[in-house]
Amino acid sequence: MLIWAAEEEHNPLLPPLGEIIIGLIAFAIVLFVMFKFVAPQFEKAFVARRDAIEGGIERAEAMQAEAKAALEQYRAQLAEARTEAAQIRDAARAEGQQIIEELRAQAQEESARILARGEEQLASSRQQVVNELRGQIGTLAVDLAGRVVGESLADDARRSGTVDRFLDDLDGMTAASSDGRGGSSVYVPQDAR
Amino acid sequence: MTSSALALGDVLAANGEGFEAPGLGEFYPEVIANFSVLGVDFEITRITLILWIATLALVAFLYLASRNAKIVPGKLQFVGETGYSLVRDGIARDVVGPRGLPFAPFLASLFFFILANNLMAIIPLAQISPMSKFAFPLVLAAICWVLYIYIGIREQGAGRYFKDILFLPGVPKPMYILVTPIEILQNFVVRPFTLAVRLFANMFAGHMLLVVFSLGAVYLFQVGNYSVVFGPVSALMAIVMTFFELLVIFLQAYVFTVLMGTYLNGSIEAEH
Repeated sequence: MLIWAAEEEHNPLLPPLGEIIIGLIAFAIVLFVMFKFVAPQFEKAFVARRDAIEGGIERAEAMQAEAKAALEQYRAQLAEARTEAAQIRDAARAEGQQIIEELRAQAQEESARILARGEEQLASSRQQVVNELRGQIGTLAVDLAGRVVGESLADDARRSGTVDRFLDDLDGMTAASSDGRGGSSVYVPQDAR
Repeated sequence: MTSSALALGDVLAANGEGFEAPGLGEFYPEVIANFSVLGVDFEITRITLILWIATLALVAFLYLASRNAKIVPGKLQFVGETGYSLVRDGIARDVVGPRGLPFAPFLASLFFFILANNLMAIIPLAQISPMSKFAFPLVLAAICWVLYIYIGIREQGAGRYFKDILFLPGVPKPMYILVTPIEILQNFVVRPFTLAVRLFANMFAGHMLLVVFSLGAVYLFQVGNYSVVFGPVSALMAIVMTFFELLVIFLQAYVFTVLMGTYLNGSIEAEH
């Protein structure tokens, strides 16, 4: 009942000044904290979050570009390697051809040389035989003639040099009659190529 | 001792006198301390204490939620950020407009301050919102009133701002006789008054409803006749109304902030 008595003084739409001031102070505190601490912190977090998301996207894009570049480079390198391999193959083939050519030329040269040396040897041994025969033929002929005549003509023949002269004449005759036919002492290289 | 407890005592003491409905005394609890500064009387009641508890709890919550705000928020930061983003994106950016973001902290303060105080309406032992005292909504409405007029003058210039209010563009000249007084009343009286009264009346009525149903249940249980049957109905209604009150608590905090957003929008952008 006391309450009812007190209520007569109260008008709920006419607040006392003290309450208004208290309300102002309370709200001012909330405003201060909000402006000073809360809003900047949240805004910072929002910015950081946006940066993180955008940065993540950017990083992913950069990574993709990098991967693409690497793929391009790899492909280019592969193509380069292929052409290089082809070049090496061609070069090797050419070189092989060249080596074969060289070897063939060398072999031909070798065979020609061997041939030449054989002929030379042949010629020199022939000359040797001829020289040997020349000496023996002289003594044989003189011996034979001496036996036919009955006395030794060896001293005379040696003295006069008849046999040698005869043989020289014989040589001269063959050389004049067939040029180089019998006398193969001179090798003429036939250059086939 | 709370005023509700006093009323409860009255109810329990009412022997055959019938149900004493709780009245305005609910909002004028006994004065705990009384002092005067520079001729202004301050009466500290439990509602004043509830205001300070709500304010300090809010400040502590906001500080802890925003301290070391991280990219990946913790639970507390998430709750704080959700509330802040609701105001920042939903009101400051979408209602006030593209230039509204600087007002986000103010609007968020408004929202959180009203919400924290309103929530005291259903928190056990407190169970009354300081916003059901007209002084506190009035303070907020007055601040809003000063702010949106100041912003209007700052953004549009005093001449343009008041001219647009006095002579609404695009209205036929004879209509000014009717429109101009309405616009003046609307912008300088009705807006702040409705802002304050809407919040105050909602919390006031909400509290009265809860008290009436709660005390009614007690009365019906102890009155001693067949009325006992209706006791549980009253108790159930008190519980249902508590949940309804929860809805009103959020809604009124949001509505107050959104309306302030539209007023700021009108001040920032040359309207019509």
